[in-house]
Order: sequence, then structure tokens, then C-alpha cells
Amino acid sequence: MNGGSMDFLLWVRGTGFNIAMVVLIVGVLVRLIEILALGRKADLAPRRSDGKGSGWRTIFTRSIPPPGMLKASPVTYIAGYIFHLGLFIVVFLFVPHILLIKDLLGISWPGLPSALVDAVTVITLITMVAVLANRLTDPVKRFLSGFEDYLVWALTALPLLTGYLAFNHLTPDYTFMLALHILSVQLLLVALPFTKLMHAITFVLARWYTGDIFGRKGVAS
Amino acid sequence: MSSGKTLGEVLRDQGVSRRGFLKFCTAMASMMALPPGSVAAVAAALEKARRPSVIWLSFQECTGCTESLTRSHTPTLEGLILGQVSLDYHHTLQAASGTAAEHARMQAMKENHGKYLVVVDGSLPLGNPGYSTIAGISNVEMLKETVEGAAAVIAVGSCAAFGGIPMAQPNPTGAVSVSQIVKDRPVVNVPGCPPIPVVITGVLAHFLTFGGLPELDELGRPLAFYGDTIHDRCYRRPFYDQGLFAESFDDEGARKGWCLFKVGCKGPVTHNACATTKWNDGTSFPIESGHGCLGCSEPNFWDAGSFYKPLSAPTGTINQVAAGAALGGVAAGAAVAWHNRKIRGEARAKHEPVTLDDLEKSS
Ligand code: SF4
Ligand code: SF4
Repeated sequence: MNGGSMDFLLWVRGTGFNIAMVVLIVGVLVRLIEILALGRKADLAPRRSDGKGSGWRTIFTRSIPPPGMLKASPVTYIAGYIFHLGLFIVVFLFVPHILLIKDLLGISWPGLPSALVDAVTVITLITMVAVLANRLTDPVKRFLSGFEDYLVWALTALPLLTGYLAFNHLTPDYTFMLALHILSVQLLLVALPFTKLMHAITFVLARWYTGDIFGRKGVAS
Repeated sequence: MSSGKTLGEVLRDQGVSRRGFLKFCTAMASMMALPPGSVAAVAAALEKARRPSVIWLSFQECTGCTESLTRSHTPTLEGLILGQVSLDYHHTLQAASGTAAEHARMQAMKENHGKYLVVVDGSLPLGNPGYSTIAGISNVEMLKETVEGAAAVIAVGSCAAFGGIPMAQPNPTGAVSVSQIVKDRPVVNVPGCPPIPVVITGVLAHFLTFGGLPELDELGRPLAFYGDTIHDRCYRRPFYDQGLFAESFDDEGARKGWCLFKVGCKGPVTHNACATTKWNDGTSFPIESGHGCLGCSEPNFWDAGSFYKPLSAPTGTINQVAAGAALGGVAAGAAVAWHNRKIRGEARAKHEPVTLDDLEKSS
């Protein structure tokens, strides 16, 4: 018997999930080791004393827009904040997602009411559309954007969209939508190490490094 | 054996009053989700309906489906067997045995050629027919032979409909479902482990009333009973929407009737009528007694991971896979790093300082 949607769901919860995890783990490790092993030449100049801890501080301070930038490109900043925050809430504070993490890592935390996460999903999707519109209409951004930028956008928007459609039973076949949602997340995970999405992990390293260098040179942010 | 009498005549013979008959028709109309106005039409159709002959075949099964049928309440099993259908052959329920039983099957097939219904519970072993035989005949052979003159086939229970537990990995007998064998006759799947009795009788009643089979979903299940998910109709749904979940089977939340999603309820992806028809003459259903839905009316539910794992978790255990991937990742990362260093080393070795002469030449 061809189980259709149910078979699809079982595949994404089984084999598909394993494939995605293997690619994600291998990919992230390769990228990280590749970056770290490259190393840098030893800085022979003595460190300026006020630079201590600058690396760690920068990880956080770079999350705040530099003076004047909020005015200069409001969409980038405001929509950027909302959708990153929204993504965080949807991914880490929706109960079924927490249960998945608990199953994998054994750790869990309280979630938010589903209706609230649902509302956040809508807001996040709207801001993602705004970000895309901005990218398409702003001549500079448009010029700087390549295929990968649009791919990464689609890979991020799809899980939100399919999750929203599934959760609200907006398609006739909930099982199929749920399976499609899980598959879209798996595509995102598979692409993560090999695209700009890798910034979800490397932003910590990159900011620490920048902050540390600046600190050494006495221009700590 | 199936007589030439209409159902109306049979019921009158048995002393069933007009009032009782209409009550039965009303119950059936509501069961099949027909509008209230259709009761008269159902009554008129049933009045004239002739009792179809039913041949019930039991293959690789646990008899749970027959057990379920014997708990049927509307219509009752007795009424069903005596009044509405002529159950001419049923391994478990018939008195005859051996050659006499097989003779009954042959006779029913001959007398009602092209008109009888075949009900099957259990899956069919294809690996080695010897895994399950009746009167020396393999299951597949008996099925093929019996459906030849059938009007339709009803696959009762998840084993007959989707392979069920015999087909669960590693499927030692090479079990298959009825629809994998029967291709040239209409097959209705009535899955469940076991199926709800009124759903079995409801399909038979539909056949009697309308002379045909009900509307089916893409898995061959009657939409009237399998159109909604358990979750769609679950009385714990408001708690799901509010995010109030029982954490274990006996905590405060469980006692307050909170949603069972966290303890593994598969209700959101399970199409069945438990939440509306309930079991044991409408007494309750699993979720009402505090246990999550297992997804018993969906294909391959035995292989869908633990019954107590939430639906959003992967079906398997990933620890070993993840550990292997981590080792592989470190090894691959080391290889890439070594390669990069080599390239850098070569580039350095090849590097020739630019002299003033070079700059003058190129300008
Ligand atoms: S108990 Fe199961 S079917 Fe009922 S609301 Fe919770 S998840 Fe849905
Ligand atoms: S609640 Fe779920 S597992 Fe239980 S009988 Fe109904 S469909 Fe089957």
C-alpha cells in the first residue's frame, strides 16, 4: 500500500532527518575546522591595555546599529531585527520544536502558547517579504545580490510558510503539509554549512575576532 | 444463504416494527453524515434492498477486527448477520468447519456471482505462502479465487488495509495489503487496530442503502468516517491551542484533561472517527481514557517510532548517526585544513618578490 502523505511524513521523520543531520554536522565541522586551521600570523605588536575583553563584548555590541545607520537604512535594520527575533521565537519557543530538541539533546525549557507563536510567525513572514522587496527595489542591494541571496531567503521563508499553513490546517492534507514543513527545514539545515546561512554559527567567531583585533589596536568598540 | 427477500420483508418477518426500522435508518443516516431529510430516502431504499451475501476471509490477523465487529451496536451484530447481510462464510463466527465450511464459501460464490461482498481481515504473506493457509489453500490464492465474482472488497482493519503489524519492519512473512493484490475490483479500506465496529457496519449499510460504495479518500477510506483527524474532533483541542500539555500520564495536567501531544499523541495526523463515534456504544475513546492516539488507522503506524514520542520528534534514535557524523566531520575538516595549508605552503614557496624592474616593465 502506498501510504502517500503518511509515508512522506515517516520518511522525513526517519531517513530524511538522519541525512539532514549528517550533512549539517559534517558540513559545520568541516567549515569550522577549515576556518580555525587557517590561523593567523602572530601579532608581534604589544596589545593596548584597554582592549581586554573587547572580543567578547563585540559579539553583543555589534548587534546594535552604529550611530546614524538606523536612519540611513531603516528597513534593513528594523525588519532585520524583527525577523531574526521572530525566527528565534518560532524556532526555540514553540512547544513541538522544544520537544524535538528535548528528544535530541535531552534539554528543554518552557514554550509560549501556540497562538502567540502563530502571530509571531505571521509578523516574521511579513517582515521577510519587506526585506525581499527592499532588496529588489534598492538599486545597490539589487546589484549586490546574487542567486545565493535569493536561495537563502527562500530556504528561510519556506519553513515559516509551510509551518504556518500546517499549523492552521489551511491545506486539505495536514499530514502532507507537516511533512513538507519538516522537509523544508531539512533543506535549510542541509544548505546551512555551504551558504551564507553559516553566519548563524560563525557570527560569534567573526565578531570576537574583529573585536579582539580592534582591542589590540586600541580602537575597541 | 442469501434469500430473494428484500430487507423490508426480512425485517417484517422478524417482527421489527416500522418505528424501529425508521429509528435504525435515522441512526445510519447520521452515521453516514447524511442530511436529516434523507432518512425517508434511506428507509425507502433499504425497504427494497436485497440482502447481499458476505464472505468474510481472515488471513494474517489477531481476530481483533472480528472482536470489534461483535461489539457492534448500531446495527447490532445479530441484526447485521440475520437481517441486513447474509454472512455466508466467516472463519471465526461460522459453526461449520473443514470441507463443509469451504463448501459454504463455494456455494455462496456460485449463487451470488457478481453480487457478493468480500470482507477481509488480516494481511497476506507473499514471502512464503506456507506462513498462513486455510484448508491447505494459501491466503493469496483464496483471495484471488474469492474476489473473482465479488461486487466489491472491504479490507477491514489496518492489516488488510495497509499491511498492519505483519508488515512492520522487518516484515518476516513478506506481508502485503489487500489492495496490493486486488486490482480489478473496488476495494474499500476500513483501517483501525481494530476498526470501530460502527464503521464496519456503516460501510455495509451504505452498500445496502445505495447499492454502491461510499466516497473514498486517496487511501481508499470512506470519507464519512475518515474525513477528519482525531485532532480535528478532540475534546482536548482547546488545551492544545492554549499550549497546556500533560507532561506525564498521571501529573496535574493529565488529571485536568490537558492535551496529550507531549506524551506522544498522534491525533493530528490520524484520520478516524473515534473522537466522534467513540467506542463501546459511545462510552469513550482512548484519548478520553488518558492515552494518546497511536495513529492506528494510518499506514505503517507500527514503524512510526515510539508511541510515546511526540509527533515532532524524529522516529529513530539519532545518537549513533550523530556521533558518526561528528567523527566524519572532524576527519573531513582535518583533511580540508591539511589541503589548504599545502596550497598556502606552495603559494609561499612559489612567491617571487616583485622588483622595481617588474613594475616598470608592466607599466
Ligand atoms: S490529545 Fe491528541 S488529538 Fe487531542 S488535542 Fe492533543 S494532540 Fe490533538
Ligand atoms: S484513538 Fe487513535 S489509536 Fe486509538 S483507536 Fe482511535 S485512531 Fe486508533
